[in-house]
Amino acid sequence: MEWFIQLAVAAIASGTPLLFATLGGILNERSGIIQLGAEGIMLMGAVTACMTYLHTGSFIASLLAVAGVGAALGLLHAFMCVTLRTNQVVSGLAMTLFGSGLSAYLGKSVAGTPIPGSVPKLDLPFLEPLPVIGDIFARLDVLTWFSFALVIVLHLLIHRTSWGLHLRAIGDNPATADVMGIRVQLLKYGYTVAGSMLIGLAGADLLLAYSPTWIEGMTAGRGWIAVALIIFARWNPLRALFCAYFFGVMDTIGFKIQLIGSSIPSYFLKMIPYVVTILVLMYLGWRNRNKPTGAPEALGIPYIREQRF
Amino acid sequence: MSERSAAALIGEQETPAAKGRFSFRLEIDPARKESPWWMTIVSVVLALLLCAVFIAANGKNPVEVYGKMLRGAFGSEFGITETLVKAIPLLLCGLGVSIAYRISVWNIGAEGQFVAGAIAATAVTIYFPGLPFYASIPLMIVFAIAAGGIWGALTAIPKTYFQVNELITSLMLNYVALLALDYVVFDPWRDPKGFNFPGTPMFTEAQTLPVLGDTRLHFGLVIALAAVALYAFMIRYTRWGYELRLIGANPEAANHAGINLKRNILIVMIVSGALAGIAGMSEVSGVAHRLMYGISPGYGYTAIIVAWIAKLHPLGLVAASVLFGGLIVGGYSVQTLGLPSSISTMLQGAILFFLIAGNMAAKFRLRRNG
Repeated sequence: MEWFIQLAVAAIASGTPLLFATLGGILNERSGIIQLGAEGIMLMGAVTACMTYLHTGSFIASLLAVAGVGAALGLLHAFMCVTLRTNQVVSGLAMTLFGSGLSAYLGKSVAGTPIPGSVPKLDLPFLEPLPVIGDIFARLDVLTWFSFALVIVLHLLIHRTSWGLHLRAIGDNPATADVMGIRVQLLKYGYTVAGSMLIGLAGADLLLAYSPTWIEGMTAGRGWIAVALIIFARWNPLRALFCAYFFGVMDTIGFKIQLIGSSIPSYFLKMIPYVVTILVLMYLGWRNRNKPTGAPEALGIPYIREQRF
Repeated sequence: MSERSAAALIGEQETPAAKGRFSFRLEIDPARKESPWWMTIVSVVLALLLCAVFIAANGKNPVEVYGKMLRGAFGSEFGITETLVKAIPLLLCGLGVSIAYRISVWNIGAEGQFVAGAIAATAVTIYFPGLPFYASIPLMIVFAIAAGGIWGALTAIPKTYFQVNELITSLMLNYVALLALDYVVFDPWRDPKGFNFPGTPMFTEAQTLPVLGDTRLHFGLVIALAAVALYAFMIRYTRWGYELRLIGANPEAANHAGINLKRNILIVMIVSGALAGIAGMSEVSGVAHRLMYGISPGYGYTAIIVAWIAKLHPLGLVAASVLFGGLIVGGYSVQTLGLPSSISTMLQGAILFFLIAGNMAAKFRLRRNG
């Protein structure tokens, strides 16, 4: 049982950054903006968290700084995609390249320095008597609890409120939304900024809670896995939770296999999450070959009032 | 639908207020398809200015840093040959991704395809060590083409048959290839006499590409330029090139015209991967003379920007790869000032940003309302 608890805790720990990034990506993409800059924004979030924490020693200050950086990058992406109407794929790629370069540049001075302290845990005595689950919950930190709350909030927001209706409207059919009096471009800006803040937070969580030392390129493709997770989750926050933890397990399982003394070289075990990502996407593509993917209908198409091409 | 056309629909006169004398709007000019050539220069300059802010924030003088980068890359004979040496893999990888971008297949896996080619070429030196020059070099090239092509096909097959976005697949495969590289150089192929250096034994004379004089400039340059010439000819004068241009312009029309999209995507990805694979082969055989940890300083990613800045044009590719080769060399040369070489990655990202923003901004026009 202890083995299971450890696996679950490890899977949640490695799944939480993915969850934050996926939720952020869902917010972005529900508003019709493709977010392929996740890798770069996560790296910027991680390096910001590391530098702020080392300078101030304050957990809250780090998160605020990360939110600011995420918002700034989101604003940039929104400006490119909404105002200038550039190709959203290329804008995201540029964001990834710029984010990884800038984070490596800024983080040079703190690279390899482990951050002192860790994310505070939440003390919930009423959960302790529960078997297994109590043990798992006792080991979760504040950010993980925040991610749980976020899943529920976003689910309710998207599916149960009029704001969510507007969000879905601008992602599916911005022209109709515009006619209905929804301020399409403004909302697209807002959700891109909010989503990018969450993606930045994903990087901060990775650094503060999962591997507390800044290393150049430390996200190792997690931003891209999050992009894949958005598709697995069919742009739905509740599904995102399960998908992220599934990948948390995939991320952890190689490590666990190594611990029980397998002779498979660790390099191959580290390939598991990447290979599984491709395989799961292929499986979904095959299963849903004649069905809608659940993607917002106007995803990636810039909205231009009054103009047709 | 808009206020104006709605008003027209119900036969209303447009109100004079809408024709305010100083009321302007910004809109995309549909007649303007290409952005002017100077936009590229403007975006590079703006990117340099943006990064100057970060350099200054680090307490360094940006002018001095850029000056040193420029001198490091183009200021001496050594710098220039070194820049050209870096331009070779960039040109081959950039050419590879350009072919894919022509038909809007977003191959960002050149890095993995490069590494796959490098590993396959090295496999020849490990398993057939005694071959003479005229057997081992062609065999290495064939192996590299095969490995790069397979790596490209691994991206294309999920796309064509399972509707999987190629961006994700090609990027995931980069990590797989890099882990495979780590495995071979740390474990089975590690040089037993290498003092634990993560690399294979040095190649023999018969396994290395010839160099020009006593510089480090190797035969890969000829291969790369030949590939560019072939690409230019193929795109302009062959039936396949015409098909690719048609798919790029309008995939639906191409499909109706009887062009097999799936087959073309597969072929393009194999060619794209093979070119990156050759780049990997020329890097191990021409420059490093061994396979080692971190064989690529991100050539595959820089190649994306090379392709974009060149607008997929053959001559543009040559110029852009020299420019970015210089940027990589310049990045190394500022390390003596205490700056990380990742300054060049940062600049690359910034250049791409300003380039796409500038290209798009150039298409806007200002119009009087009313």
